[in-house]
Amino acid sequence: MLPLKEKDKPIIQKLLSAGCCARCVLRFCCLSVHAAYRQPPQETLKELQAFVTEKESSKVQHSSTTENNKSHDAAASETLGGPPSKRAKLEPSEAAAESEENAAAAVITWRNEEESRVCVVCLGILQGLCGAEQAAKIAEAVKKGNYEFDTLVLSVSLPAQLCVREHSCWLHVKKEVREKGLALTKDDVIQVKEAFKWTMQGLVAKQLGGIAVVTKSSFEVGVEFTHPETDSDCHFLAKSCPDCFKPTKNKQSAFTRMAVVKALEKISDAKFLEHYPCPPAHPSSSCTPQDVQCLHVSVFIAGRYNKFCRSLPQTPWLIDGERRMESSVEELIAAPILSAFRADGFNFSSSGREDVDVRTLGNGRPFAMELLNPHRSRFSKVEMMQLQETINKSSDKIRVRDLQIVTREAMSHMKEGEEEKTKSYRALIWTQKPIQSEDITFIDDIKDLTLDQKTPLRVLHRRALAIRQRVIHSMNTRFVDSHHFYLGLKTQAGTYIKEFVHGDFGRTKPNMCQLLKTDTDILELDVESVDVDWPPAIPE
Amino acid sequence: MDCVEQTDTNAEAPSVIDRYFTRWYRADMKGKPCEDHCILQHSNRICVVTLAETHPILQDGRTIKSINYQISNGCSRLNNKVSGKSKRGGQFLTDFAPLCRITCSDETEYTIYSCIRGRLLEVNENILETPDLLLEKPSTEGYIAVILPKFEESKSITENLLTQEEFEKRVSERPRSQRS
Ligand SMILES: [Zn+2]
Repeated sequence: MLPLKEKDKPIIQKLLSAGCCARCVLRFCCLSVHAAYRQPPQETLKELQAFVTEKESSKVQHSSTTENNKSHDAAASETLGGPPSKRAKLEPSEAAAESEENAAAAVITWRNEEESRVCVVCLGILQGLCGAEQAAKIAEAVKKGNYEFDTLVLSVSLPAQLCVREHSCWLHVKKEVREKGLALTKDDVIQVKEAFKWTMQGLVAKQLGGIAVVTKSSFEVGVEFTHPETDSDCHFLAKSCPDCFKPTKNKQSAFTRMAVVKALEKISDAKFLEHYPCPPAHPSSSCTPQDVQCLHVSVFIAGRYNKFCRSLPQTPWLIDGERRMESSVEELIAAPILSAFRADGFNFSSSGREDVDVRTLGNGRPFAMELLNPHRSRFSKVEMMQLQETINKSSDKIRVRDLQIVTREAMSHMKEGEEEKTKSYRALIWTQKPIQSEDITFIDDIKDLTLDQKTPLRVLHRRALAIRQRVIHSMNTRFVDSHHFYLGLKTQAGTYIKEFVHGDFGRTKPNMCQLLKTDTDILELDVESVDVDWPPAIPE
Repeated sequence: MDCVEQTDTNAEAPSVIDRYFTRWYRADMKGKPCEDHCILQHSNRICVVTLAETHPILQDGRTIKSINYQISNGCSRLNNKVSGKSKRGGQFLTDFAPLCRITCSDETEYTIYSCIRGRLLEVNENILETPDLLLEKPSTEGYIAVILPKFEESKSITENLLTQEEFEKRVSERPRSQRS
């Protein structure tokens, strides 16, 4: 039995006559008993029709009606959360009863056609599109995606014109709804979305073998409906509320759900009724369900990488849209990870970056990746270790360590205080004038040398021009031959080492040319350590 | 495998200019014999304006009396300021925009020109303090200015300039009296 009250009668009659489906009628009765929506709509309709035509019997069995009302009140209090005593308990007047009778007659003549008619408000969404058949389709799409998940959240995207139709219908029964309960407003009408979910969640869960369909989950299954036939329903709003419909770059149509809702809040009832039928006109077709969209929230992983190759860029190197190098650090790392997590894509970031011809040795450079829409997201420590092995076996140009799953928040540790961190380098230096080993030993004694570095010419096209002060904390040298030596440096992060050595047209001062009083150049550069203590080390 | 390590440390490596820049020349600027300019264009399109080795200022042990970036009463290249990644506010230069005037001790004055269209990013204030840089290291520390051509003009701006080969040929064809 539907927990309906006497005061629902005029609402039910009006809505059925207007061409509302059974579930939409329940919505406008502000009925929030989930089970009511789950029962087959044909049955609901029969009950509703019986309910509005049972006037005589309800009058005769007055005491039982009162009893019924008690139980209805209990159900209604679930809807409204208020004590039943607050609601008025007025008997319908004789006049109201008479008009009720006429409306009931109209309902009966209309009854036969109803089952095949598309609802004027939900455009079929709470009719044929909200049942076992549709649930099976959703479940099939989820299974096809082959996702790993414990729970899922169902999201529903409805055509914007549904808001217009909902508003029209609300205006149609506003008076009756308000008479039902003093505090009832448009917000108390159950949303199409909610009614859809209440009905579908259980069905989808059953189809997926008992997976919990919940309100919050990292796995979202999106159902979208469109109804091109009535897209123009919204158009009159653009004239009454032009500010709400600014054309946007990204959206195909200015009539987004948000914009329509905003416009409906602004428009007066009179103006709305002037431009739009109340109740809404009958559609000839039902909504079209779009492809089911499955989306798992991103998984974040972090680690450190070594780069052993002097002809490998960190990210794909494109010039005029053409690839310059066959691979890159991020692609070598990402490929095995993407296939293990079965992700659609990734975003790579790291604590600084090295040039294509620079190696990164030692413990490596911290990096983090966001994996987009991973179909698999749970990996044990052992599995992560195995994944790391797979990456390391796939290429000898790079190596990864400390590979682990991290939180989105933890990723910020990598960029925190990046400037204050130190980095150690080793460079092979060429000198124009011949040198002897004792000519370079003074360099070992230089401590905390402050440089004034103008933005290097090599990056000036994409960075602002500025003079930045950077500190070289210490240096050490190892003589090779009369024109070469190795220079070790421990520097503040952000120091441009190449420019410190060759001077960059005198734009970095002091520079190695000045220190040695001869032209110097840098032949090789290695990053020996990036002193960022995130992500945490993982013992191998 | 494209990952061969460089082990022969005795091999003479190409200089910074050779590695990253292309040399372009304008010979006999504005018809004045031997007033040759050299533009170093980085692979990232940035251009450094320098004196070519053949420029009269660099001949016969001449010395510099003054360098002046004030090219007219109303305009000094020293006032040029750029801000942000997009280099807002930089003076926009055309091919024949003067950058500075250099006076030698013998009172001869030379004007150095932009040679290419683009936004002036910086001038070399170091040569004001140490004019000898211009004589000793004309193609590096003695540079005149840094210019950023428009992205879409980064190739076309050098169309009217000579390549290194063309320039060397041009110099070799000069009458002996003009050659230094
Ligand atoms: Zn409906």
